[in-house]
This record gives sequence, C-alpha cells and structure tokens, in this order.
Amino acid sequence: MPTTTYRTELKKVRGLGSAIGGPGTDHFWAQRLTAVSNLFVVAFLVYTGLTLAGAPLGEVKAFFGHPFNAIASILVVISTAIHMRLGMQVPVEEYMPHGLKVPFLFLNTFFVIVIAVVGVLSILKLFLGN
Amino acid sequence: MAEAKPIAGTRPLAPKPMSPHLSIYRFQINMILSIMHRVTGITNYFGSLILAIWIASAATSEQAFNTVSSYLATPLGLVILIGFTWSVMHHMLGGIRHFVWDVGWGFSKPAVKFLSWATLFGSLTLTAIIWGYALSHWGIR
Repeated sequence: MPTTTYRTELKKVRGLGSAIGGPGTDHFWAQRLTAVSNLFVVAFLVYTGLTLAGAPLGEVKAFFGHPFNAIASILVVISTAIHMRLGMQVPVEEYMPHGLKVPFLFLNTFFVIVIAVVGVLSILKLFLGN
Repeated sequence: MAEAKPIAGTRPLAPKPMSPHLSIYRFQINMILSIMHRVTGITNYFGSLILAIWIASAATSEQAFNTVSSYLATPLGLVILIGFTWSVMHHMLGGIRHFVWDVGWGFSKPAVKFLSWATLFGSLTLTAIIWGYALSHWGIR
C-alpha cells in the first residue's frame, strides 16, 4: 500500500470520532449553553456582591430570604458548576501526564459537586431561616 | 511523545505531523488573550471556593460569618477579591469574543486585534466600575 495514513485502525472500525455526534459535541454544546446562562447569573452575582459588600449577617439573611434572590443564587451555583466541570476537564485532559489524568478528572467532578452542594444547601438554609 | 504501538497484524502508523508551535510565532495580542482565557477560567474555578466558604459561613453562625468577612476585608483579601472579579470579567468578555467567532464573525486581522484589546480593556473597566461602587458603598457602611 503506497499511501500513508494518519488514521488509526480503531478510528476506521468505529467510523465516528468524538467530534461527530459524540461526547465532543455534547461537551462543546453544554459549555456554550452554560456560557450563555452564566452571562445572566454572573450579572446577578455581581448585583449580590454589590448589595452585600460589607453587610452584617442580618442583611445577608434578609437578602437570601427573598425568593427571587434565593432562586437566582441557586441558578448561579448550578450554571457555574456545570461550566466549571466542563471547563476544567479540558486543561486536565491536555496537560496532565498519563497516570494523573483520570484521577484528576475524578477530582474535578468531586470538587465541583462539593462546591455546588455546599452552595445550594447554604442558600436554602438562609432562605428557610435556619 | 509516546509512539502509538501498532496493533498485532496491522500496518504501523505513519508518524503524525507536528505543528512547529509556540516558538516560531511572532507576538500577537490574541495569543496572550487565548492563554488568559484558560488562566482566568482556572482562576475562577478556584475562586468559587471563596464564594462557597462565604455563603457557608453565613449559613453556619454569626461568628463564622464575621471571621470570614474580616478576612475578606483585609488588604490581601480585597486584592484577591478584586483579582477574582477581574478574572471573571475577563473570562466573561473572552467568552463573548468566542461566541462572536463561533457564529463566524470577526476573523479579519483588525477584528481579531480589536476584539482582543476590547476584552482586555473591557474587563479592566468593568472591574473598576464594580469595585469603585463596592468600595464607596463599603465605606459608607
């Protein structure tokens, strides 16, 4: 066979890569979807920060006691958590040496879930008033 | 680069072509911004810890909340918060820039340059506005 090929045998057998309707597309799409929602939730996060900068705990409790603020804040957590999880996956996959890749991909998911649960639970507790 | 091992009974693969990357490029603002997008993304990832600790302290006790708040109000705390804000704004505007590219616009050289500088100055401006307001507000309390 005279022609050189850059395709692996496995690639030919499977026919589809990650990019064609596979996890690559899903990752790309979810990253953009949450990038759009992040525009809105980060705007709310900035509003939260400006409202509560230097505020005593009483004001913080009152702020999160409002249903709109509590709902928006939980959306901040969900939207950014998904985006973070997808985003960190990329440098881990690209820069981590072989043996560390999978452990750090696991760690990435664990970290994000812990942050998200802490965030949502804290907001709920403040909303419900203990 | 680890060579891919040929599977038994198949032809060995041709060596994959390598791009002469990084070292041969002349400085361009957009390559710095590309790196910055990653760096700020990673910064924001860990910055979320600050927000999580803050909200958790508020949900825990007055004492915990006051402790965390007093740390955040130190000069170092403020520098970290301002840096975090800038990082978020930079990543946000960088994301918008990527959306412009995703729909196929802004690929001419001047447009790429403009979008890159706009991201940089826009992020600094937004950070200045946010913290100008926050600090004056904070001072009043």
